[in-house]
This record gives sequence, structure tokens and C-alpha cells, in this order.
Amino acid sequence: MDSWRKNPLVFWVLNLSPSAWLIAFFIVPLALVWVLSFGEKRGLLDVAITGTLDNYARALQPLYLEIFWKSIWMAAAATLVCLIAGYPVAFAIAFAPNRWKPYLLLALMVPFWINILIRTYALIAVFRTRGYVNFTLEWIWDQAHSLLAFLGLGGYELIGARFVPLELLYNNFAVSLGIVYAFFPFMVLPLYANIEKLDRSYMEASLDLGAGHWRTFFSVVFPLTWHGALSGVIIVFIPALGAFFIPDLLGGTDSQLIGNVIERQFKAANDWPFGAALSFLLMYATFGALALRAIVAGRKQGLEV
Amino acid sequence: MKNRRVARFSRRSFLAGTGAVAAGLSVGPRFAWGAEEPKLNFYNWDTYIGENTLGDFKDAAGIEVTMDLFADNDELFAKLKEGNPGYDLIVPTNDYVERMIKAKMLSPLDHSKIPNFRKNISKAFQDAAFDPGRKFSMPYMWGTQGIGYRKSKVDGVPDSWKWVLDSDKYSGRIALLSGSNASIGMALKYLGYSYNSTDPKEIKAAEELVIKQKPHIKVFADDNGQDLLLSGEVDLTMEWNGDILQVMEEDDDLAYVVPKEGSIVWQDTLAIPTGAPHPENAHKFINFILDAKAGAAIADFIQYATPNEAARKLLPDDYSKNPAIFPTEETLARCEPEVYKGEAAQRLRDEALTRILAA
Repeated sequence: MDSWRKNPLVFWVLNLSPSAWLIAFFIVPLALVWVLSFGEKRGLLDVAITGTLDNYARALQPLYLEIFWKSIWMAAAATLVCLIAGYPVAFAIAFAPNRWKPYLLLALMVPFWINILIRTYALIAVFRTRGYVNFTLEWIWDQAHSLLAFLGLGGYELIGARFVPLELLYNNFAVSLGIVYAFFPFMVLPLYANIEKLDRSYMEASLDLGAGHWRTFFSVVFPLTWHGALSGVIIVFIPALGAFFIPDLLGGTDSQLIGNVIERQFKAANDWPFGAALSFLLMYATFGALALRAIVAGRKQGLEV
Repeated sequence: MKNRRVARFSRRSFLAGTGAVAAGLSVGPRFAWGAEEPKLNFYNWDTYIGENTLGDFKDAAGIEVTMDLFADNDELFAKLKEGNPGYDLIVPTNDYVERMIKAKMLSPLDHSKIPNFRKNISKAFQDAAFDPGRKFSMPYMWGTQGIGYRKSKVDGVPDSWKWVLDSDKYSGRIALLSGSNASIGMALKYLGYSYNSTDPKEIKAAEELVIKQKPHIKVFADDNGQDLLLSGEVDLTMEWNGDILQVMEEDDDLAYVVPKEGSIVWQDTLAIPTGAPHPENAHKFINFILDAKAGAAIADFIQYATPNEAARKLLPDDYSKNPAIFPTEETLARCEPEVYKGEAAQRLRDEALTRILAA
């Protein structure tokens, strides 16, 4: 590990380009936004950096805190769904015959070759009033209706006089579903990596010694794979928290998340300092989550030693 | 290109360097000292030019036009705010022309290079309150905002904002525009105030009206109300007239009306942003667009109202006498142009919109 001490030149040469990249495209832009958050608007274009905390004070008003809270809640719900649905999928891939695995992983990854915006538009075509889900349901309804008529029960309107399409789009349900759909693979991949490494004999032992499947999962599998779960939770939760075009496209009249408010500050409202302050509050929350993960991970390592 | 992407906090310091950067921007061979390479970078709205206009211009003038698209004025403004990334010609709407003139983001036009302006453009558009003397902008298209609706699902003509802003009759089948100006502005109109009101009390009243109506609104559309209408997702939508006209061509059951309380009349313009690398070519292209035949081809394709009298005369009656495209004088008298309201008023409206969406 300390070979770099012996070859400092090689170390610095190898590090130069990634460091330069990190500074030019990550640290500097972020620092600019951070500085901007302490600015005051002066007219249309000019921002004076005065060190004011007004932007943060404004961002901490109940109006914006409620939107923050709602965003956290939505992101958490979507992450939980990803986690619950992710385990069986990761298990299925990990336990599949070896020659199938590459194809199953590919099936998980292929949608990623299509731009997320386009996939979100595709969801609109699937879920709208005159979309594929409702077309399918309507077809089933028609068949049931014909069957009832055939049985002589048509007059009772047992399934309603006519098909009523489900309202699947333009509400918070659609937004959560869109987020789950967009970020699901980020949950499955780390879970799969951990389950793949899992020593199967532990599970066999647990089952042999009389524990049921649930007990085996919670007492053996989960404690051994929760690291992957935590990674998955973090990389799903963080982008979900900042989502803005998913609520924009799929959301209804009450689906505004903090990402939408921030986007508007940089466009329609033309208030970059306030947008910067909101972004950084979101970032602090993210740092908090990451710090929590580091602490938890550190504690676990401590136990192992 | 890279150095101009560095965010600047003051435009003034930036302006000094604009000339140098603009010179550095045009890469590629130069034909002669002072002559421009035959290229033009055009930043336009989507589906907002004739089918073959760019090709025709290349045949006529030998200049190759590269077109990028923006979705709304906010995007256009945000993109040019930190300096022109290399565009020669842009299409801002009237209130943004006003903003951009104030912010010194547009470069003055040389009318002697645009003879078609005096020759073809209707008197009403030869001058404008938002750009006195038309020093910075040439009229491109104009129109109104109103209600697009599905005739078979709506009783009669929804000729009042009441049907989308203050009624549960069409509950769940209404889309409003999501921008802070559109929904709040129309609510102000419905309440009898000015679309451009900056009075906090009036804006508050408009906000309360929209919040009260929220349970009956299906979605605040991001300028895609016409698609929602066409796909049957909603039966009434607040939209730009041209957007509705485009879907009316596909579906006979759709119609457009400007409500009796009035609305806004807007004008999109052709303007050259400060620091444009090919201003000569931009003037040539503006003059080409203001030509009768080229203008007619564009208007015929995009179905917006043209300010070009000569072009309008070349087109059939179903365009040139269509009341959904060219509203009557009486309707226009009730409409007002959107004006730039200043940053404080803009913030007031944005906060009102945030509260509406959070309610």
C-alpha cells in the first residue's frame, strides 16, 4: 500500500490528470456555486457577492422546508420500494445458472442505453388515460362484459356501465414510480455484487438447522449483505432527492419537488443566488447522509477487528 | 470555447472581452479579411421555421445555417446570460427583448441591410413599445394565448377564463401553463386586473384563485398542453394559439378561443445577440426571412400569424382569414402585451407560483 512513498514521482504523474480533472470540473464549479449562494441580485444580470445569509434565511422559510421535507419523503419511499424489489431481483440473478447471468445483467442494463428523458416520456405513453395500461384493462373489461352478457348478467352492471380508465399519470404515484423505474438498477447492482460473494453454505446451514426462509433472510443473508443494500440506498436516494424532470413530466398539480424549485431559480425566476443556496442546502443534507454511512461502516469495521 | 464557460458574476467585466472572444470563436478558413465565413448559428424554438427555409437560404446566399433549439425564453436567457456561446441569431419574445436590451445582450440592427422590413412588414409592426424604433429586433411571428378545447366534450365555446380558473364543471380535465406568468397572469386578467400587475395584493388574489381551483386542474403543463389535448388527457388547456392550431390540423374536434376577459398578445422577434460571430450573415438571413415568398413558406408551415403583409397576401384564405390565427380587432383590443416587470415583481410571482404548486 505504501509503494507510492518509494516512487513519489510516479505517484504524482499518475495523479496529475485525475486531480486536474477533479479540480477543473468538480471543485471549481462547485465553489463558484457556493460563492454565488452568498450573493445578492443587482438588477438583471449582476450579482454582488456580499457574504449575505439572506438566501439561506429565505430557503429555510416554512414554504421551502415543507418542499424539502416532501422531497426527502418521496425519495425515501422510492428508495424503499427499490430496496424491497431489488433483493429478489438480485437474488434471482445471483442464483441463476452461470450461463444466464450475463444475459440477466444485460437485461437490467440495456434500458440504460436509452436516455432517461426518453424513457420517462415512454412512461407517459404507457400510463396516460389513453395509454397501454388502460388499453389493456379496457380490453379485459370488454371481454368480461361480453362474458357477463353471454351469461345473461349483462343487465346488472356488475362491473359498471362502461370502462372507467385508471388515473395513473399526473400524480405523486406516477412520480414515485418514475423515480423507482429510473434508479432501480443502481439498487440491484450493488446488492447483486454482495449476494454473489455470499458464502452459500451459511444459508444452507441456517435452513438445515431449522430456520425458515424469512428467518434465514433476516438473521443470515441481510446481516451479510446489508453493506450492498446501504450502497444501493445511498446511490438511489441522492439522485432521487434532486429529481426534477421526473416530477415535471409525470407529476400532477401537487408534485413539486425541491429540484423543480431549484431549476426554476436558474431559469424562469432568474435568481441564481437563491437557487445556489437551495442547492447547497440539499448538498449538506446529502453530505449528512454520506457521513452517516461512513460512521456506520466504520463502526462495523471496528467490530470485525 | 472553454474560457467563456467560466461563470462570471458581473456582465460588465465580461463585455469588455466579448469582441476578442467572438473573434476567437469563428474557427475554420476565412475567405478574405473582413469577409465572414459562409456560416450562421441560429438559435430558435422547435418547429418554428419553414420546412426548407434553411436549404433555400443556402441556395440563395450560399450560407450554411446551423440551428439549435430552445424550449422557452427562460432557457434562451439563461444560456446567453453569461455571454454569447456563439449564436448569430436568436428568437426572443417581446418581454425578453426588453430584458435583453436592458442587459445589453442584443446588438443594434443595421436597417439599411434589411430592406424587406420597410417593404413587406405591416405598419402595426414597424415600431414597438418594447423596442422603440425597432433598433434591436425584427418582428417574426405574433399571436395570442387562449384556451384550446375539445368541441365534443365541452358545452359551447369556453369563451371565459372562468371555465379553467374558477369552475368545477370540467374538473380533472383542465391543463394550465406552468410558467409563473401564464397562470397567475390569466388569473389576474379574470379578476379584472392587468396581466402585468405588480401589485402584491392583486397577485395574492390571483394566487388564491388558482389554489382554490387546483383540485380541478389535472396538470400544470410545460408548454405541452396541445399534446395533452390531442391525446385526450384533458379537454381544456391554456396554450399558445399556434400550438393549438398545429394539433387542430390533426384533429377536427379541437378548437381555440381567446376568452372574453382578454389575454396576452405576444410577438416573437429576430435579434442578433451581442458578440455574434457572423453579424453580416445574420442580417442577410433576417432580410431573407422577411421576404414575401420565404415568409409565406414559413407561415404556411408553422401556422402562426405573420406580421409580413406581403407574405400574408400570398397565402390562401384558410390561413390569412383564420380568426384563430388573426384575431379580430375587437379581440385584440382586450389583449395586452406582456412587459418586463422588473426583478422584484418577478420574484413576487415566482414565490406565488411556488406556493401554488406546494399547496
